[in-house]
Amino acid sequence: MGNVLTIILQRLALGALTLLIVSIVIFVAVNLLPGDFAQNILGQGATPDAVASIRRDLGLDQPPLTRYFDWLGGVLQGDLGTSFAQANFASFTGTDSGATTVAAQIAPRFANTMFLAMVTAIIAVPLSITLGVLAALYRNSVFDRAANITTLSSISSPEFFLAYILILFLAVLNPILPSLSNIYEGMAFSERLQKSLLPALTLTLVVTAHMMRMTRAAIINLLASPYIEMARLKGLSPMRVIVKHALPNALAPIINVIALNLAYLITGVVVVEVVFVYPGIGQLFVDSVKIRDIPVVQACCLIFATAYILLNLTADIMSILSNPRLRHPK
Amino acid sequence: MIWFVAALLGMAAIAWVFRFAGQTVTGNAPRFRDMPYGVAYGYVLGTVVVLWLAWAYMQGRSEDTAIANKFFFLRIAIEGFIIFAIAAWLFRILGRTVGTAWSRKMFRSMPLTASFGILTILIYAVLTVFSGLIAPHGQEEILQGVAANVPAGTDPNYPFGTDQIGRDMLSRLIYGAQNTVGIAFLTTVLAFLLGGTLGFTAAVFGGWLDQILSRAVDVLMAIPSLIFALLLMTIASVWAPQLGIPLTVFMILIIAIIDSTRVFRLTRAVGQTIVVMDYIEAAKLRGEGHGYLVFKEILPNATAPLLAEFGLRFCFVFLTIAALSFLGVGIQPPLADWGTMVRDLGNLIAFAEYAPLAASVPLLAAGAIALLTVAVNFVVDWMLHKSSGLKE
Repeated sequence: MGNVLTIILQRLALGALTLLIVSIVIFVAVNLLPGDFAQNILGQGATPDAVASIRRDLGLDQPPLTRYFDWLGGVLQGDLGTSFAQANFASFTGTDSGATTVAAQIAPRFANTMFLAMVTAIIAVPLSITLGVLAALYRNSVFDRAANITTLSSISSPEFFLAYILILFLAVLNPILPSLSNIYEGMAFSERLQKSLLPALTLTLVVTAHMMRMTRAAIINLLASPYIEMARLKGLSPMRVIVKHALPNALAPIINVIALNLAYLITGVVVVEVVFVYPGIGQLFVDSVKIRDIPVVQACCLIFATAYILLNLTADIMSILSNPRLRHPK
Repeated sequence: MIWFVAALLGMAAIAWVFRFAGQTVTGNAPRFRDMPYGVAYGYVLGTVVVLWLAWAYMQGRSEDTAIANKFFFLRIAIEGFIIFAIAAWLFRILGRTVGTAWSRKMFRSMPLTASFGILTILIYAVLTVFSGLIAPHGQEEILQGVAANVPAGTDPNYPFGTDQIGRDMLSRLIYGAQNTVGIAFLTTVLAFLLGGTLGFTAAVFGGWLDQILSRAVDVLMAIPSLIFALLLMTIASVWAPQLGIPLTVFMILIIAIIDSTRVFRLTRAVGQTIVVMDYIEAAKLRGEGHGYLVFKEILPNATAPLLAEFGLRFCFVFLTIAALSFLGVGIQPPLADWGTMVRDLGNLIAFAEYAPLAASVPLLAAGAIALLTVAVNFVVDWMLHKSSGLKE
């Protein structure tokens, strides 16, 4: 067991190191911007005095290394900085309601995105495993071929195409679900679920295809092994052979693929949130990109990268844990 | 919802009856005797779906416009599917009879999906290269004497109508091929030149150079590509006007660099398996230089995986560019491109019930993107299947 623990600790340390380097990359990238934040906030007609005072307020007169550690220290304490757009707005109206910090802006949207990802995962994971098992069971049949063509098409279509097709058929032509996901705080759970069902279905289409293909491939890979042949020769039904004998051994690659696809959801969510005007972190990210609200872009980028790295790390650790040869070393 | 469940249960009953009837009528022929229940259910489900599609198609052709509009999109989808299937089938027959012995042999073992893929790629290539000749108007040409916002299907001269400043939509769709596909192709080639060169260099030289390049690529790959592209595009959008370079150039460079990391991984891995071969050792002993090794020994042996990767990489680049354009930070107007068109015209889908033709314009642009990536994927799938020699 000690062996596995060392490997996992190594992976965790490597993950932490990657996160640190990624944060440096993001920080450096943002600092490649011409001019500086103060000028960007105040716009063209800024007096040098005002610029200097904002620079002092935001600590922009410090050298880059100090600023990086200040930023990193803030991030670790949950302080992601001040949003330009909100700061601008607040100074314009003279009201500082405390919503100018990036963290205050991101927190509710992050919860929304997590909700969407969760709904998607709850639909997609059982569906894809069932379909994958069925495709492996009836391999090379009409069903398998049809599933192969459909999944390949849905993997390779852009997310917005799938989203608009779903809107067309489920919201416009047959008004079953709302096409706009205007979610707000204090909404009843059922209503919230109904409003986020269409974006969740779109994401399901995208990830199910991949997970199902991998499930099928993982099971079929095992079907040539001697112990499966033994089970077959015992006279077990094909369904039983696959579910009882092949599936448990195929779980490692399947869990891996599920984790990787949840990581993929993180990027897929951006486009889908924009299509459905879902108030999640992806939409905030795109909006901030358009108005160049750098602190928000920086923070969202860091959050996306962190989630991506963590999920990849989970996939890595899961596959180590599910490998019995590593768990029980000789 | 209740009806849906009831239909599924009803089909379950029919499936049982179907199998039982089959067994009785054929006197327990092996086909029916050994049929698992799932297969029987599959037959019934398949029949019901086909019957429903046929019914929906007839609804789409109905005299009543209200009903016809409702099933318009299904009708077009079914017609498109059948036309493409027939075209792919004819194309395969053509390929089997015309051409060199090698190409005839290739077409003989080809599944229909792959021949559909090749046909579609050829059509896109023609559209991309000759869009200036095919399109009736220029992409930036504001038509004189024509109203803006002509809805699709009202004026026979402009089958897809005109946009908000009076440009012909059909021409913009055709030019979209040139801009979207052309730029994606260019970006992929750049990514391959960059990633391939570095990957082979790392594989051949090894040592500290390999370590530095690999670790740098690891870091870049740890950030999700679309997110990283959006971050860099934000920065580029500030630089672009200051330097006087179009944003599109920045986009090509950014995506090429991000995607070259994936190419690097593959070429390095492929290169490393080849570098340890005996014939490389022999070439080294002959005293050949590194350039000879890469171009004459490694590259010819790495063509198959690189070609498949090129196809997949092209899809990713194409989809990334489309997504960026859809989000409003990709290919910039006045260039016509499909992602931007979908974003600008997406609202029209809400009027699908009353003006199906107008609603089909954004779907056509999005579908054009999907069709090409699906086609490339089909071809790559077939190539990988063929080269791996997998039968099951």
